[in-house]
Amino acid sequence: MSETADLGRRKRRTMWWLGLLALGMFGFGFAMVPLYGLICNVTGMQSVDGMSDLGRRMATAGEGPGAEERWVTVKFDTTMHPELPWSINPMEGKIRVRLGESRVVNFVAENHSSQSITGQAIPSIAPWQANGFFSKLECFCFSQQTLAGNERKDMPVRFVVSPDLPPEIDSLTLSYNVMRLQGGTLAAAQ
Amino acid sequence: MTAITLDHEHEHHGPPHGLRRWLFSTNHKDIGTMYLIFALIMLFMGGASAMLIRMELFMPGLQLLEPDLYNNLVTNHALLMIFGAVMPAAAGMANWMIPLMIGAPDMALPRMNNLSFWILPAAGTMLILSFVVPFFPGGGTQINTGWTLYPPLSIQVGMSMDFLIFAIHLLGISSVLASINIIVTIFNMRAPGMKLMQMPIFVWTWLVTAFLLILVVPVLAGGVTMLLFDRHFGTSFFNAAGGGDPVLFQHLFWFFGHPEVYILILPSFGILAAIVPTFSRKPLFGYNSLVGGMIAIMVIGMVVWAHHQYTIGMSLGAVSYFMIGTIIISIPVGLMVFNYMATMWKGSMTFETPMLFAVAILLMFSFGGLTGIMLAVVPADMQYHDSMFVVAHFHYVLLPGAVFGLFAGVFYWLPKWTGHMYNERLAKIFFWTNVISFNATFFPQHFIGLAGMPRRIVDYNVMFTEFNVISSLAAFVFGLSHLLLLYIIIDTIRRGKQAKDRVWEGAEGLEWELPSPPPYHSWTTAPVLAR
Repeated sequence: MSETADLGRRKRRTMWWLGLLALGMFGFGFAMVPLYGLICNVTGMQSVDGMSDLGRRMATAGEGPGAEERWVTVKFDTTMHPELPWSINPMEGKIRVRLGESRVVNFVAENHSSQSITGQAIPSIAPWQANGFFSKLECFCFSQQTLAGNERKDMPVRFVVSPDLPPEIDSLTLSYNVMRLQGGTLAAAQ
Repeated sequence: MTAITLDHEHEHHGPPHGLRRWLFSTNHKDIGTMYLIFALIMLFMGGASAMLIRMELFMPGLQLLEPDLYNNLVTNHALLMIFGAVMPAAAGMANWMIPLMIGAPDMALPRMNNLSFWILPAAGTMLILSFVVPFFPGGGTQINTGWTLYPPLSIQVGMSMDFLIFAIHLLGISSVLASINIIVTIFNMRAPGMKLMQMPIFVWTWLVTAFLLILVVPVLAGGVTMLLFDRHFGTSFFNAAGGGDPVLFQHLFWFFGHPEVYILILPSFGILAAIVPTFSRKPLFGYNSLVGGMIAIMVIGMVVWAHHQYTIGMSLGAVSYFMIGTIIISIPVGLMVFNYMATMWKGSMTFETPMLFAVAILLMFSFGGLTGIMLAVVPADMQYHDSMFVVAHFHYVLLPGAVFGLFAGVFYWLPKWTGHMYNERLAKIFFWTNVISFNATFFPQHFIGLAGMPRRIVDYNVMFTEFNVISSLAAFVFGLSHLLLLYIIIDTIRRGKQAKDRVWEGAEGLEWELPSPPPYHSWTTAPVLAR
């Protein structure tokens, strides 16, 4: 019977390392959470907010051959999450800006409910090719915003468009998605 | 490779009677049969949801279905077909055939085999509940995400999503357990003297498939677990507001989702590797290159997932890498197709139903492969993304590549399983209605897709009406033709003529050395291989 005992042992050994492999891959899924951001940073792949080499581009803003007169249109757009009874509107829907020049645009935020509510704005740039060339120096989206009941507040955004902006782009849109926060996390809409 | 000893031991008693035989079964043949019956039931449920989709798309405008319900049906159709029909059917064939083909008395871990099957009905129930729950008061919203379950939408869906997440967990556990069992069987239970490179290709395809399943299904399980945490436990894996990234889910999903395509297709290609030599009466062409090709598919297939996400805004370098990797996969896949063609070359071919399916598969799968290369090209894909062209492409790959291969396997091995011959005339009628209506259903979708009709949307522009009408009518014929398949199977079991042990004239392999149907306990003494 030693042959069957031997077969049993071999089967168990194969089973255990396959089981560990499966568990390892389950862990790998979770390891992707930090690794994903790391890979994008290390390889310089464009992440969604294109922060990787913003500093270098901004350092050269306003000098060199890129500083010649070039103007682009910047449009502003905001979308409120259905759970959030706010409105946030730019004072001007679109402005012409010179590349390399820092500009301020004011957004007016208003809470239409009587309770104090915290929200978070998520910025995005369209077209995405412009992502690395648009820098916000000051923005209400950098932190969570709390508006007291029926409060009305001015929220400034200061930004620069880099002179390295690809020449085929003459217009770009800064868009905010504003979501409601509850206990530090996004409220799940039901 | 033939066995020369047939040493049946008759002291084994037959199967236990009644419900206990199935509920507590540790017999690979019974479990294989249960897998196949489960898959057939799911095929009809998934088919019913497809019929509803095509009914709604028969005319522009909203006829039958609310938009959310329509999208829920799309989700349900995909999940039922992939996890309910194709994967269990392939697992059923593995259970039936692998021990017979490698001369093993049973699967290596019979009790785990029982567990991995009996998880499935529970998972199937959860899956169907996820569709049914929103119809009841307080059931929340429909799952309108499609089978890809992308957040943030999937975080906002009601409680039906939780049913779906648990269904995916259960399905994942079931297929990982089945895969472990298959690999342990193949590594340890082969007849003495059978080397890995002497195994039938079907066994090889399942070895590769099982490894793929173990490598990718746990990643999907991790992804949906994070989704569950985001929904209920206040984490922010995919919440932009909490510092997470919804695109991360897409990467996790497609890290599973792309190899899943090969998981669905490879077992069917293994079935072709048994069928084509039999009916060409020639040995398989290029055995070693087939094995190498499928290992290459497995390795490359695991690192090209992001071609499903070209439009998310990756850098030029990243999309170029994924594009080139995807196109490179067509080389080993093409190699497998050409190997089968070379096997047919100058063979004395006959065209019984399994062979008809095999020839049709090679033609139609290659066609789907060509549209796949179109979709792999980044600038072209930007245009085709999320259009009906994509729907046409993956149905051309998955129906011939996976489902028709399983049909071919059913016709090829049904006489062995049941001991009865199927009705060849009815089977040929089934083949022709099935294949012609399939082409009439999906071929027009290429055109409307290129013309700009998006997928997963309930309504469409009136300019697409004609092709949608053709597609819907053909889809009803296609759907109904499967009732004929059901009839043929029942007819075979009930009334079929007694089949010979070696059912097909040119069939080679250990499974044909056994009587039809094989005894309840087969290969209790390992066969001796003839050199």
